[in-house]
Amino acid sequence: MDLLANLAYGFGVALSVQNLAYCFVGVALGTLIGVLPGISPLVAIGMLFPLTFTLPPVASLIMLAGIYYGAQYGGAITSILLNIPGETASAVTCLDGYPMARQGRAGPALAIAALASFFAGCVATLIIALAGPPLGEWALKFGPADYFSLMLMALVASAVLTHGDLVKGLAMVVLGLLLGLVGTDVNSGVVRYSFEVLELTDGIGFTVIAVGLFAVAEIVSNLERKEPHEVFTGRITHLMPTRKDLADSLWPTVRGTAVGAFLGLLPGTGPALPTFATYMVEKKIARDPSRFGAGAIEGVAAPEAANNAAAQTAFIPTLTLGIPGTAVMTLMVGAMVMQGITPGPQVMTARPDLFWGIVASMWIGNLLLVVLNLPLVGIWVRLLRVPYRWLFPAIVMFCCIGNYSVSNNPVDVYLCAGVGVLGYVLIKLGCEPAPLVLGYVLGPLMEEYLRRAMLLARGDATVFFTRPISLAFMVATAVILAVLIVPALRRRSVTGR
Amino acid sequence: MLRNQDVLAGVLFLLIGIGAVAVARDYEMGTAMRMGPAYFPTVLGRILYAFGAFLLLRGIARGGVVAVTWGWKPLAFVTLSMLAFGFLITRFGLVPALVAMFFLAAAGGREFRFREVLVLAAVMAALAVGVFVHVLKLPFQLVAGL
Repeated sequence: MDLLANLAYGFGVALSVQNLAYCFVGVALGTLIGVLPGISPLVAIGMLFPLTFTLPPVASLIMLAGIYYGAQYGGAITSILLNIPGETASAVTCLDGYPMARQGRAGPALAIAALASFFAGCVATLIIALAGPPLGEWALKFGPADYFSLMLMALVASAVLTHGDLVKGLAMVVLGLLLGLVGTDVNSGVVRYSFEVLELTDGIGFTVIAVGLFAVAEIVSNLERKEPHEVFTGRITHLMPTRKDLADSLWPTVRGTAVGAFLGLLPGTGPALPTFATYMVEKKIARDPSRFGAGAIEGVAAPEAANNAAAQTAFIPTLTLGIPGTAVMTLMVGAMVMQGITPGPQVMTARPDLFWGIVASMWIGNLLLVVLNLPLVGIWVRLLRVPYRWLFPAIVMFCCIGNYSVSNNPVDVYLCAGVGVLGYVLIKLGCEPAPLVLGYVLGPLMEEYLRRAMLLARGDATVFFTRPISLAFMVATAVILAVLIVPALRRRSVTGR
Repeated sequence: MLRNQDVLAGVLFLLIGIGAVAVARDYEMGTAMRMGPAYFPTVLGRILYAFGAFLLLRGIARGGVVAVTWGWKPLAFVTLSMLAFGFLITRFGLVPALVAMFFLAAAGGREFRFREVLVLAAVMAALAVGVFVHVLKLPFQLVAGL
């Protein structure tokens, strides 16, 4: 069995003392940061990202992945105990998790969230191991035109699916692509958009963009809002769910895993869609839908399973095609690029240790989450009481040191502050930052593929519609756009606006 | 009109798009078959200002519906704290830069309590020295001249 051999190889890599330690540190740090109120997984990864620079590639990606799961689980803790979703994805967990906590069942809610996530993580790991190699092999047949169309699809999907305005989303994608072009053009050696700043010759650093948009801008928007007042004061008396809780959660977990795993595969779906979709499914098929919103354990199990399954299957397009589907995955791709690895289908054959090591470490990370979180939940609860006025200067510190440490140059810190201002203004104007980052990461690659495709086709742009693979992506892009635009037009004609 | 999200976003994208196209005129355009360094950015710039113009017109057509409130104070202090960090770390070392950064950033918050910020700065600076200098071995000078 190839699969078993590959997985065994992966576990060999991931279980080395060093990698296991980094996985553990990542999961622990991720939970620690994710549980602090007002810090989304994206901010957590953004600020902890620089900690991984000095590590070897496999260890750094394993640690980043660990931070990601940890932060997500941390978000579930704040949703259940405080009714504060760390990010849009865990907003759904609030609906039933918080009522459970108020009924004194915070312990079982946390335990079910961890167990459902673990189950979903196991299944998703298997899916990655099964689907990765054939997908990667298929992707090796892609020509430059196919890649261009695939990227176009991912970019359009990210603009469409981040909740918000379509035109603004698309404009953010284009702005991101432009930002990605700053620096030396590999083909001609011409330095573009550097404005005579020496540091921009190599382009705008990935940390500058990621930290500026996701941490700095986020802090400023948080500071404007009121601090959350209600703090969980009850004690968590028992942790273990009853037998009935487990039985009630089993099928919702399975369904949540299935929905999440599928939606996570699609590029640009973002973290919110899988959780909302499964919650709706559970509510639809429940015998007594009125229980939902009043502390139904299914309403915790299903979204948490979906969330984790989607978080992991999102690694499939990232690792096999090099196309990140979500904002977090763009951070992973950015980390790979910084480590000198070009993301794409060749990673699997050229760096099997990386691919299979990460896959195996996902499973280990999920196991660590269960082992770590159930006994430590008391500590996490205490962390919830840390006020934001202590937290945000500490986050700014990580942002500063992180950017400075990339090349010991204060210009990166200045640029990051500038990107923070830009990000804040854009958020205020209703423009989501996630599509911009995706555009920024894909910008140089997209230009390169466009050039090559046009050169091979002798300047004939129809090549994007005559190659079957490329055509399929183009049709998919059109469908994604149509799904959004057509109902909007219909609504307008009905209301007469 | 100046408080309308669409109008402001439209103007911003319009200006950046026009700027991108204008700057790209200094680079070689090339042809569709052999694209020069100006080709892709010019196309992107044009798309961006088209989107910007669309948003601007839409904002004007719909009228000033969406008001924007700005948090100038936190924005100014957080930005300033980062600039201060960058400015001070190369001249005076990590610790002074962090102290300045903490006080400036905290000043942007809702409440500013001097003693709390002092303790926070001390604890976090110690943590930073421990993690970044001792564990990760980054080449930072703690206090310049020491």
